[in-house]
Amino acid sequence: MKTQLLPALRLTLVMLVLCCGLYPALITAAAQLAPGHGEGEQISKNGRVVGFANVGQKFDKPEYFNSRPSAVDYHADASAGSNKGPSNPEYLAAVKARLDTFLLENPGVRAADVPAELITASGSGLDPHLSPAGALVQVPRVARARRLDAARVTALVRAQTETNPLGPDRVNVLKLNLALDALVGN
Amino acid sequence: MNKELLGLLVIFGSTMLLPLPLGRYLATVYRGNKSWTDFLAPLERLLFRAAGIDANRGMTWQQHLVALLTINLAWFLWAILVFCLQGSLPLNPDHNPSMTPDQAFNTAISFLVNCNLQHYSGESGATYFSQLFAITFLQFVTAATGMAACVVVFNALKEGTTEKLGNFYNYFVKSITRVLLPIATAVALVLVFQGTPMNWGGKASIVTMQGDSVSVSRGPAAAMIAIKELGTNGGGFFGANSAHPLENPTYLTNAVENFALVLIPLAMVFAFGYYLKRPKLSYMVMGVMTVGCLMLLAPTVYYEMHGNPAIAHIGADQRLGAMEGKEVRFGAAASAYWGITNTVISCGSVNSMHDSHMPISGMAELLGMMTNAFYGGVGVGFLNFFVFVIIAVFISGLMVGRTPELLGKKIEAREMKIAVIVALLHPLLILAGTAMSAHLYAGNPTEYAGWLANPGYHGFSEMLYEFTSSAANNGSGFEGLGDNTPWWNISTGLVMILARYLPIIGPVAIAGLLARKKFIPESAGTLRVDTATFGVMVFFVIWIIAALAFFPALALGPLAEHFTLY
Repeated sequence: MKTQLLPALRLTLVMLVLCCGLYPALITAAAQLAPGHGEGEQISKNGRVVGFANVGQKFDKPEYFNSRPSAVDYHADASAGSNKGPSNPEYLAAVKARLDTFLLENPGVRAADVPAELITASGSGLDPHLSPAGALVQVPRVARARRLDAARVTALVRAQTETNPLGPDRVNVLKLNLALDALVGN
Repeated sequence: MNKELLGLLVIFGSTMLLPLPLGRYLATVYRGNKSWTDFLAPLERLLFRAAGIDANRGMTWQQHLVALLTINLAWFLWAILVFCLQGSLPLNPDHNPSMTPDQAFNTAISFLVNCNLQHYSGESGATYFSQLFAITFLQFVTAATGMAACVVVFNALKEGTTEKLGNFYNYFVKSITRVLLPIATAVALVLVFQGTPMNWGGKASIVTMQGDSVSVSRGPAAAMIAIKELGTNGGGFFGANSAHPLENPTYLTNAVENFALVLIPLAMVFAFGYYLKRPKLSYMVMGVMTVGCLMLLAPTVYYEMHGNPAIAHIGADQRLGAMEGKEVRFGAAASAYWGITNTVISCGSVNSMHDSHMPISGMAELLGMMTNAFYGGVGVGFLNFFVFVIIAVFISGLMVGRTPELLGKKIEAREMKIAVIVALLHPLLILAGTAMSAHLYAGNPTEYAGWLANPGYHGFSEMLYEFTSSAANNGSGFEGLGDNTPWWNISTGLVMILARYLPIIGPVAIAGLLARKKFIPESAGTLRVDTATFGVMVFFVIWIIAALAFFPALALGPLAEHFTLY
């Protein structure tokens, strides 16, 4: 046993140095050259950090484009999905309630125009994006709340849309709302 | 053509390109032939000298297993120590507590056996020290263990009769220095440049645009995520795993991570062919595995892209598919592809929540883990497949009335007994575990109300999934299950140990027994295993043993749920 155990322990130590010392040190050093320096890409407004480009945050006020529902209310230190099964009656009732609320807050919008991501929770609870349709359907409400011309707000959404030739197009909600604030000089 | 499907084709196509040259490279490295990475040889000699190991000593199959199990025991004790003490160890800027003993037991086993079932959340349940020195460490060494065990089996199938099957430490160390570390570094670099954090300062406190105060968890994530995928470990740095926008920030990182986890299991199959100088054999294996994988992939992509009929009934627009538990930047198709590749390969990371997938998708994911041989994990996937090959050889031998032999070695009663025990252990662990849990729950639904996040058939699926994932050493979950309780921690912990070591010990023992036998040169009467006919045979053996055993359980869970929805 001793002839087995000693090499095992020594090899373990050697591998700890290699895989948990040198390797992470190398990646940390490389990260200093990356955008955000490995700290996560921060976004500032008027000199104050208001969020991370990749981490979704809660927007539920009418004058902002609202972000998706979140199972963890956008607590970025406790990511999780809802884990609700597709046939769970309680869950389906909650989805229906979200849709009704959305239709109430966005008069004139039909249920068939509401993309599903606006009434379902994301996997991480921190999804930073909406589909272009998910942003466009909110344009009339946002324009009204901001006393802006709807066409200008629509143009803003189009400008903020990131296209992807292989996956869904998307709009970063934080960046969109920042651009919106900039539009009204806020 | 729908561009999300085009994206799948691109990812799948690129997945099929690199494993072939990598497999050839692996065969060269393990044979000890000249390769372009020989500049690493001095480093390896240094490592061996520091560890006091003679890497040239040939080992019998028993010596291999002793070496493998001893070093695994050392890792287990190290990991459980770290988890129990992490609260007082350094590198804990978020002041997270130590784990409870039963949770530490489960977590240590889970990472030791390459399963990466997580009954904690990375943000609050682990420290940077344990993420790095216990988890990242085990993600490297357990992958290398699987690869080394796989090479031992390759050695046994070479022509001729032998007792010595190479040196475990040699294969183990080279797997890390020549394969895992270089590729993990490349993947980690892509991740940090795409926005994954690699920092040590702890959470960032910010006030959002709307004025909410939020803490954003970060940490040395990129290094860990790279090996988590590459080593088919799957345990996430953050609670939401690769659905988390820092763990998997873009469509590109999603493709790269998905590619990384598929890479080595496929390359091992090609390495097998090159190693034995029988490339046709690896095409047969590859064909069977790919057909199996695609059969599970097609319905999953279909159902995820078509959305939830119950939500269609409410009237919302589901052009993007079933979005519950999914991220907009990946979309339904890439999420379905990820779900299937991560379950047929025992990686078990998630980029969408499997608990919220459509019932048929959930069933396809379960089947991927139940068969556990359509690619499978790093090294061990091939070992599982090898067991099915032994059984298929035996059955076909009986069907045509010949002595069953594999590559010139007779398959006899002892090898068959081992193969059948290993093959039947899997359904036994899964079904017995699920049955016991269902019995406990049914007997006292109020006491165990915290277990299930969903009622009815889906609740049953949650329990079935947990045991399937443990037994397949997969580690993904129907995460609605309230699984951080002594019952789940201990029962799944035991299942994970049995399901890791017996399927390694069994094939290595069979290999050792075969290697000793007299070599019978091929003749007209030999059953050829590198043909499409034999491939079809293996395919059906896998389905009959692995899939049909689970049919009743699947009928109670996902199938029943499907028919209530559609």
